[in-house]
Amino acid sequence: METIDDLLSRHPFFKGLKPEYLVLIAGCGRNVHFDADAYLLREGGTADRFFAIRGGSVAVETYVPSRGPVTLQTVGEGEILGWSWLFPPYVCQFDARARAEVRATSFDGACLRSKCDADPALGYELMKRLARLVSSRLEAARRQLLDVYGPGPTR
Amino acid sequence: MGPAPPDSTPLLPRPFRVMRVRRELRDVWTLELEASDGAGPVRFRPGQFTMVYVFGIGEVPISICGDPAKPDVLVHTVRAVGTVTQAVCAARKDDILGVRGPYGEGWPVEAALGRDVVIMAGGLGLAPLRSLVRAVVARRGAFGRVVLLIGARTPAGLLFSRELAHWRARFDLEVRATVDAGDPGWNGEVGVITALLPRATFDPATTTAFICGPEVMMRFAAADLVDCGVPPELVFLSLERNMKCAVGVCGHCQFGPAFVCKDGPVFSYQRIETSLRIREV
Repeated sequence: METIDDLLSRHPFFKGLKPEYLVLIAGCGRNVHFDADAYLLREGGTADRFFAIRGGSVAVETYVPSRGPVTLQTVGEGEILGWSWLFPPYVCQFDARARAEVRATSFDGACLRSKCDADPALGYELMKRLARLVSSRLEAARRQLLDVYGPGPTR
Repeated sequence: MGPAPPDSTPLLPRPFRVMRVRRELRDVWTLELEASDGAGPVRFRPGQFTMVYVFGIGEVPISICGDPAKPDVLVHTVRAVGTVTQAVCAARKDDILGVRGPYGEGWPVEAALGRDVVIMAGGLGLAPLRSLVRAVVARRGAFGRVVLLIGARTPAGLLFSRELAHWRARFDLEVRATVDAGDPGWNGEVGVITALLPRATFDPATTTAFICGPEVMMRFAAADLVDCGVPPELVFLSLERNMKCAVGVCGHCQFGPAFVCKDGPVFSYQRIETSLRIREV
């Protein structure tokens, strides 16, 4: 049977991490499964975990009065969901809903933070990866704001 | 004396009869045209364009989006955004339009033989790529993995929905679509088209990529493809500029040292990367 660190070693986010770090991180993780339409995270809820998605697709949503739930982004296999666990006040900013059956590894945020505090090298490595993730999501959001498919030249 | 071959009179439009008009989206129509001068069909390569003339109104460059194996029917998909394109889209069965061409350098399909293929289409950019997709599908065994990534503003902005469903149903094509903003009925991806790249299955080092869409989208997409390891000389983009003569004489479509109508519209990213970043160009 595959262990969590085996699964993590194949996940793009954790690729290339030292085996001893994978074991440490895996110690804070457990494999989880969500049916379609189940919520992985709720807006305003405690941000005490994040997810490495191994299969399926998750919609990051917010509720807009008169429009209902609006999907801001979808996150799929090989990607990471959630970073509000990193900083106080540890509150989820958006809903995260399974669009289809989702397989993931869920990590306990407090557990991982304490391991990062205890081993700054692990913390630095993990924060570099998370910073790259946040940066790429910010860049994608900026590109989305460009509305590139809006009206073009008129001829 | 029979009609002159098209290439001997490059500025003279030939009459084409509108055989069929199909509304694709709220402001996008597909027209099927047939030559009515007896001079034969427009034999084209994927990625080439023609100049379509609405008599008395004006002329616009429009990519050919039909099947290169069926040149008898000239297919154009057009968004009605200005005076001429609105007139093109208003054409009805049996109307006559003027057509010059085909012109330009098309998609270099041969550069993808034996390699993985990534095709990225943003918005109406799927129209100029449709011929390429059909050419690749027609010779499917000659390529490695084939990935088609499609981006649109909303689900209502996705072109060729029936053909997309057909391509999605094939086991030898990976088709992914994303929209910048979903709606309650949308069950696909939400996000920018470049976010689809890490989810797609291809080997960057052995990939040839083809991109068409708004220029800023192509710039980001090409840069991301190169960042993940696709050789810049094997990333191809189709540019849109103000083409007038279409034969490299008038200079309206000058893009740095190149004319888009004659040297393009398809260029390798390696060739135009610098020019793409110069605002005045």
